[in-house]
Amino acid sequence: MEFELERDAFADAVAWTARGLPSRPVVPVTAGVVLEVTDGALLVSGFDFEVLNRIEVPVTDKSPGRVLVSGRLLAEIARALPPKDVRVAVEGNRLAVRCGSARFNLPLMQVEDYPVVPELPATSGTVRGDVFATAVAQVTTAASRDETLPMLTGVRMEVTPDELIFAATDRYRLAERHVPWQPSDDVASRSVIIPAKTLSDAAKSLGSASDVVLSFGSEGGGFIGFSANGRQTLTRLLDGEFVKFASLWPTESTTTAEVEIAPFVDAVKRVSLVAQRFAPVRMSFDENRVQLSAEAEDESSAEEELEVGVTGEPLTIGFNAGYLLDGLTAVKAPRATLSFTTPARPTVITPVTGLADPDTANSTGEQTYRYLVMSMRLRG
Amino acid sequence: MGRSADLPRPAVRADGRPDDTGCGVLHVDMDAFYALVEIRERPELAGSPVVVAGGSTRGVVLSASYEARAFGVRSAMPAARARRLCPQAVFLPPHFPRYTEVSAGVMALFRSITPLVEPLSLDEAFLDVSGSLRRLGMSPAMVGEWIRGEVFDAHRVTCSVGVAPSKFAAKLASGMAKPDGLLVVPAGGVLQFLHPLPVSALWGVGARTAEALHQLGCETVADVAATPLAALRRAVGGAVAEQLHALSQGHDERQVVPDAPEKSVGAEETFDVDVADRAAMHRELLRLAERAAAALRRRGLRGRTVALKLRYPDFTTVSRSRTLVEPTDAGRAIMAVARELLDAHLPAGARVRLLGVRVEQLMAGGGTEQLTLQETGPGWSDADRAADAARSRFGSAAVRPATLLDTAAADPRSAAAHPDPGGSHESCE
Repeated sequence: MEFELERDAFADAVAWTARGLPSRPVVPVTAGVVLEVTDGALLVSGFDFEVLNRIEVPVTDKSPGRVLVSGRLLAEIARALPPKDVRVAVEGNRLAVRCGSARFNLPLMQVEDYPVVPELPATSGTVRGDVFATAVAQVTTAASRDETLPMLTGVRMEVTPDELIFAATDRYRLAERHVPWQPSDDVASRSVIIPAKTLSDAAKSLGSASDVVLSFGSEGGGFIGFSANGRQTLTRLLDGEFVKFASLWPTESTTTAEVEIAPFVDAVKRVSLVAQRFAPVRMSFDENRVQLSAEAEDESSAEEELEVGVTGEPLTIGFNAGYLLDGLTAVKAPRATLSFTTPARPTVITPVTGLADPDTANSTGEQTYRYLVMSMRLRG
Repeated sequence: MGRSADLPRPAVRADGRPDDTGCGVLHVDMDAFYALVEIRERPELAGSPVVVAGGSTRGVVLSASYEARAFGVRSAMPAARARRLCPQAVFLPPHFPRYTEVSAGVMALFRSITPLVEPLSLDEAFLDVSGSLRRLGMSPAMVGEWIRGEVFDAHRVTCSVGVAPSKFAAKLASGMAKPDGLLVVPAGGVLQFLHPLPVSALWGVGARTAEALHQLGCETVADVAATPLAALRRAVGGAVAEQLHALSQGHDERQVVPDAPEKSVGAEETFDVDVADRAAMHRELLRLAERAAAALRRRGLRGRTVALKLRYPDFTTVSRSRTLVEPTDAGRAIMAVARELLDAHLPAGARVRLLGVRVEQLMAGGGTEQLTLQETGPGWSDADRAADAARSRFGSAAVRPATLLDTAAADPRSAAAHPDPGGSHESCE
């Protein structure tokens, strides 16, 4: 095997693939990246039994072949190379990397021992790259990071003929985002649960593409693929049934507040400085203003008052500042509406939509994003 | 107390036992601690002189059995000298993990009696039991005897207890009760107890101060008490003089100060018979989790890490813990984690001797709680609080999870008397 390409393309390809490799692999070969050259293209791939990352770049192809080398070492070398063309060749049982006057030799790993990688399921449709990236970020913020509840570390994606509906919850928050998409032919309505971490990584790295291709094939395939710009992420889906969240959205509210997000976020951050971790920030909504306050065990305290548009009953409620801020920043709009019923019932944050704003409203002007946050019980 | 406190008290009650009314301070001191723990491990050494001494030939005596002390062996003496004094003694190196474990068990026992526990070292502590007497239905001396029994039953080592109205007198009393004894200094008999003692018995009197006092003609505490404060000041300096003067008059206002902020709250249970039945273990975990949660709520704390302690019949002890996303003070949440840990780590069919549940990473904020989506409205947390209120009025058996009800009738622990007569301890560290 032998090929040539420019330094940046090589470094990007290796870095993108090696990034997902396990630091403590279950089997040693999965710490490696596979380099495969065929027909003027280099395919770099890494697989840890859960996630497959694969990237294709055009190269000057001298001879085809397939080898396995340490991903981390190759990525470090590629990153450090001078800005010259790179020549990579198998020499005996080593991989030689030459760039300018630098020369490296890496031992080859046993490519025959590499696990069989999953097939990419049949193409299901496409979604706009920037919309996909925003939507995934808006939803994964509410996904659980607690591995003891595996299901909640996933994002549920519901597939309908004209929309993808993403939702995630960690039992304290719940986020939901509707995204238009273009299914290929007739894709059956169904839902899948995608590991939030992988989905988030894929959306970030593919979001710059105009379109991202989704491939999840038919029911029971067990994998979903995201492809754009020659990059492909394939991940195992989570088994099981997602929590029933549809009924958790409140159907009415007794108090609503419309806030300008930036100053409100700043005020919450300031007041929460004195609140210890896991302690609530208290908010009293009343007559077009909100009073924010927090106090700590050592009797330090903070207060701030803001003008906001309040409709309905006065209300005092407590929040974990982090959970509230996640929702306020995720709405991606200048203004948001907070809808309350009682302090112990869910609060819903929605963007105040401008017309024809594709990030926050669909073609009929309906909101496409909502974030539910549970309050904290206040003492006394 | 009113005027009755001013009246002279008889040192002995009508039933012949010393009057321990008003003696809320206990000083508990383990007897020849390291040596007795070693003898427990090697029962064939019982009754013979045993010396625990630090490693090298230049080591010092850390602990000596009473048989060795009879030959003049003392703590802190060079080991070489101890060998000369008592060549027939068995010299052993120290095993600190053993002492630490016994100490932790003993301190946990103390904390199940009162939160006011002031450990002085691994092997001694002050307890202020005055607030616990009514709940326990015991007098201070009865608590002391109960502790001595519990410590011996659980750890096979003896301790001595001083019972007195002040720390100073309690500490002197435990020293005089040794070994394996208990001494009450009645509230009305402190001076009578103190005055015959040599001046060196007074807190803060070392060799140099003792020498200064001797030159002043003071041999006993009574002599110090009779010396004008001004004369004491000239002899030993102002601060020491005032302290000695107060102590010699029986005045010691120092409170029992519990250790720095609690790092964990928990409860554990040694079964009378090793248990293999998983359902019985789950029931016990629920009971322990409920107790830990109630202890958290009493202190206005929440905790984020739940630790399970398992001791097998061969005394192998393992601890497993998990950290929650949100801190809790709810028995149900603690139970859920403890049970998961048990089921994940205890092999099927294995027997256990002890189960413990501990909540760590404590923080303030009792009463506040992050609500979850499933539990809108009045939830389990409210139920826990309501049950606490009922328990505080009607006793611990008043409200409990239904799965604990079937064991209630046969379970002596459900009786109102606390602490539990079994090997059951609640503790904070």
